[in-house]
Amino acid sequence: MATAAKTTKAKATKKSAPKKETNAKSGKSMTRTIQVDELSRVEGEGALFVRVKDGVNKEWKFRLVEPPRFFEAFLQGRSYMEVPDITARICGICPMAYLMGAQQAMEDALGIQVTKPIRDLRRIMYCGEWIESHVLHAAMLHAPDFLGLDDVLQLAATNKDVVTNALQLKKLGNDLLEVIGGGRAIHPVNTRVGGFYKIPSKKALYALKDQLKWGIEASIAIAKLFGTFEFSDYEDDYHCVSLRHPDEYAIVEGRVVTNRGIDIPVRDFHKQFKEVHAQHTTALQGWTRDNEPYLTGPNARYTNNYSQLTKLAKEVAKEVGLGTTCFNPFKSILVRMVETVYACEEALRLINNYEEPDVPFIESTPKASEGFGMTEAPRGVCYHSYKMDHNGHILKAVISSPTAQNQPQIERDLFGVVERSLDLDEAALKHRCEQTIRNYDPCISCSAHLLRLTMVRE
Amino acid sequence: MKRILFLGVGNLHRADDGVGPALADMLTADAAFMAKGIEVQPHSGEGASLIHLWMGADKVVIVDAMKSGLRCGTIKRFDAAHEALHHGVFRYSSHLFSLAEAVEMSRTLGTLPPEMIVYGIEGKEFTFGAAMSPSVVRALKKVEATVRDEFADL
Repeated sequence: MATAAKTTKAKATKKSAPKKETNAKSGKSMTRTIQVDELSRVEGEGALFVRVKDGVNKEWKFRLVEPPRFFEAFLQGRSYMEVPDITARICGICPMAYLMGAQQAMEDALGIQVTKPIRDLRRIMYCGEWIESHVLHAAMLHAPDFLGLDDVLQLAATNKDVVTNALQLKKLGNDLLEVIGGGRAIHPVNTRVGGFYKIPSKKALYALKDQLKWGIEASIAIAKLFGTFEFSDYEDDYHCVSLRHPDEYAIVEGRVVTNRGIDIPVRDFHKQFKEVHAQHTTALQGWTRDNEPYLTGPNARYTNNYSQLTKLAKEVAKEVGLGTTCFNPFKSILVRMVETVYACEEALRLINNYEEPDVPFIESTPKASEGFGMTEAPRGVCYHSYKMDHNGHILKAVISSPTAQNQPQIERDLFGVVERSLDLDEAALKHRCEQTIRNYDPCISCSAHLLRLTMVRE
Repeated sequence: MKRILFLGVGNLHRADDGVGPALADMLTADAAFMAKGIEVQPHSGEGASLIHLWMGADKVVIVDAMKSGLRCGTIKRFDAAHEALHHGVFRYSSHLFSLAEAVEMSRTLGTLPPEMIVYGIEGKEFTFGAAMSPSVVRALKKVEATVRDEFADL
């Protein structure tokens, strides 16, 4: 008997294949192939393939070509206390989604309720992650798409203030993470199951108040500028999946809800949604149990939880042309900036009310158990579930990243966008396809560790 | 008082990519060198934070591994305050915002320090947990002496 490894080999070439336009001998058939082997301005290695024949969309694939990283496999046997610090390494852009989701799952398994100040500190950190991730994507990776520019360097040359403010906002997000996370923004070291190793002082948090006040104004200004962009009118009837919390715009916890009536606890997530292995991608795809794609991320959150935004965030949303829902994937750049405004306001509110907790963490004792956790990563819901034995050693780990879940919906967007853009020339169509994927701010390297493996040794 | 920085860019755990942080550690351990008042830091190479870090500095010397196709251990000196760094040579992440992009972004925004010297050391082995290539170890010793010369007037 044996276990393990049969892996899907990604075939990514270094340069984009030349465009191919073929006239069949009959003169009647024409095939257009759009192929991008290495997507730029996304995190990780992704590729897309679209084939159109005789004006009909025949094939469309979004491939994640990062090699799998086997996190779920090598967590087995590790202590439950180690897991959050290990899962945090899944991503350098959104480590909180992995760190906090794992912590919550362990606390769920062991019946731990953290205190309000600990919960507030976690929410402040997560606001920091939203700010730095949203601004990096919206202003530096996504905005050039709408301005016909190649990259953020060109944007800096034409709009210095936006880039300067975006860099400062990104630093603000990192500062929030560093002050609470033990001096590290990328992979914080001060967090643990049950709370924190060391409580940040009021003074250290208060020092960020002026920056947050500036951050609210700066993100409003960027949102307003992006509101002047010309947007495709493409929309889809998205099945929006997000967390919802009774008292706040959900970030760190809540129930899983959708705009089609699903309302379930996190532990039931995989009763309604499933992970499927598709041959053309190294990450498991997310589907509903009814075999429909679904959307998670800023537009889903906004659509499901608009009413819980602050008055100011709603005013900004209205001013930039958003309604109370958003089904236009290209306008996710606006939603990200509205959420950035919200995150700055929310972090400021929490810091204003912050009282240092008496104890930095709640003690835990391992027991044979199972726990579930979910948070709203900047790019969508991130699900964790773990089983541990009586010594707290992990028996099974399941992690579903938002980008993996969004893959089928990204492919459906590709289909829809291409179908409406067939009159574009090859370069413009290719750019439109890339932009369609960038709408999701895909975090590809986070997603490609989810391939389930089987090995037979004889 | 002038603000002078030395940045050792890279990841200590990724073989040849650790050459920058390794040099930062060597300089930090030298009390006589540190007495010059130079800020010595290892750095991951994340572009946005680099821009903030060197903003307002008078002089910056940086050492980073590079992957440009040259022979392993080759040392290149770039006067980054006066010449563009080649895109893609100092690769950091797939978000493509690395040392070179950070330098060019600062130049565009008008915040590049007036003196910036970048040493690139060609690497070959970037595997996590692997040992540094012998030729990069030799290059590290040469660069250490050269970097000290860069600060000789202090």
